Amino acid sequence: MIGPVMVGPSSSHTAGACRLALLARYLLGEKPKRVEFGLHGSFAKTGKGHGTHLALVAGVLGLKPDDERLKESLSLAEREGVEVVFKEVELGDVHPNTVRMALEGEKERLVVTGSSLGGGVVRVFDVDGFEVRITGSAPTLVVKNVDTPGVVARVARILADDEVNIAYLTVSRKKRGGEAMMSIEMDRPLTEKPLEYLAYLSYILWVRQIPPVMD
Amino acid sequence: MPLTLNSLAALSGRASEHVLREEVEETGLTPEAILEKLRERLSIMRDSVRRGLASDAPSVAGMVGRNAKTLWEAEDPLKDPLLKRVQAYAMAVNEENARMGRIVAAPTAGSAGTLPGALLGVADHLGIPEEELLMPLVLAAGVGKMIGRVIHIAGASGGCQAEIGSSAAMAAAAVTELLGGTPEACAHAAALALQNTLGLVCDPVGGFVEVPCVMRNGFYAVHAVSAASMALAGIRSVIPPDEVVLAMARIGRLLPLELKETGLGGLADTPTGRKLAEEALKKA
Ligand code: SF4
Repeated sequence: MIGPVMVGPSSSHTAGACRLALLARYLLGEKPKRVEFGLHGSFAKTGKGHGTHLALVAGVLGLKPDDERLKESLSLAEREGVEVVFKEVELGDVHPNTVRMALEGEKERLVVTGSSLGGGVVRVFDVDGFEVRITGSAPTLVVKNVDTPGVVARVARILADDEVNIAYLTVSRKKRGGEAMMSIEMDRPLTEKPLEYLAYLSYILWVRQIPPVMD
Repeated sequence: MPLTLNSLAALSGRASEHVLREEVEETGLTPEAILEKLRERLSIMRDSVRRGLASDAPSVAGMVGRNAKTLWEAEDPLKDPLLKRVQAYAMAVNEENARMGRIVAAPTAGSAGTLPGALLGVADHLGIPEEELLMPLVLAAGVGKMIGRVIHIAGASGGCQAEIGSSAAMAAAAVTELLGGTPEACAHAAALALQNTLGLVCDPVGGFVEVPCVMRNGFYAVHAVSAASMALAGIRSVIPPDEVVLAMARIGRLLPLELKETGLGGLADTPTGRKLAEEALKKA
């Protein structure tokens, strides 16, 4: 309740926005070439005066909410060759402070949607149409896999063997037998070897380990 | 059972020690690690006070920016250096916030000035060394957490009573502890501060955290010091502290959306408020 340390003016519209974009950057796993921000609700209406735009751009550049370069993130993006576009979107019945970020990197494309819930607390709830839960309060493993029996148990096993405790787990799929995505909040990060092993498995399509963004 | 203001009031010793013990249990961190983190935050609070008092650069939307410096450098017709100090410190932090400077949310960014205004203001007035502010900060964080378990601390869900009301309660408890108050006095200082912010609406002009937020921190920092002064003198809240928190939660639900950070009601919905909002939006 004393913190975060942040660049003002708003814990939800500035710090929270920065964290959401930072999570998106970690999910992409590389520097984006282009990001399209779809601002919903209050992010669209009062975002400007709260530095929401600056904070979002700072986040995809990898800056944290307490980084004073946040204020100059637009010129920083230009210098780094990151194209940013803002749009107003209507995402329906979601939290008023919600943003949908479409990121394009050298290798990857990803659409990440999340909300800033107040006081700097955030939640990414959608990655490429899969329901997830990434709060950035603990290290989180995000896994895309072939939707086949036993994958969840297999992944849980790998975590257990590395003595990593699962705090929160979501599993979501688009259609039976297609692709599925897990988000796993852990008590500590998975070490390097098991992480590599995981990515190597044939039915695992994509893995990201997201560091915490809350302090 | 996690601590509440009522259970805290029944304990002996220093209030902050009980909060610290609970924090150690919950987080698994050592007391030293927790204090170290707060020491860092305290120095950032200091920084934002210092920068805010020295700057008159305009805020993002241009509605504030020179109030803290103006007050700080003005004559003091009341001959009350404490009053002036507390007000100016609190506004300094929020003007820094409004110009996108670095601050410590306490509990939110919009209410970031109240706690440093009251705590650092009183400490500097009395010449109390920095190190003695750490345990009061532990208590302030704990009080924020106790309130946060009952309500969602955000203007958008509870109105300004949830933001600045909470910050005033945190600050009142911290100042009470700093000046040697018992846990009972601390809990009641928080309750007294809180109950006198009930119904406070969140009506920022244009949705910017500038008007009334900056001045409001100045006012409620003083409010927190008043609550501490009453509690230290032995005054107790007739309504038990936990019930005050519940009352605030219920009022938060009753408040219409227009008065919860939407910038659609209150001061925001005045002819001048609407005009300023338009101008600011063009500028931002
Ligand atoms: S009026 Fe609203 S935005 Fe301003 S400090 Fe209060 S709760 Fe925060």
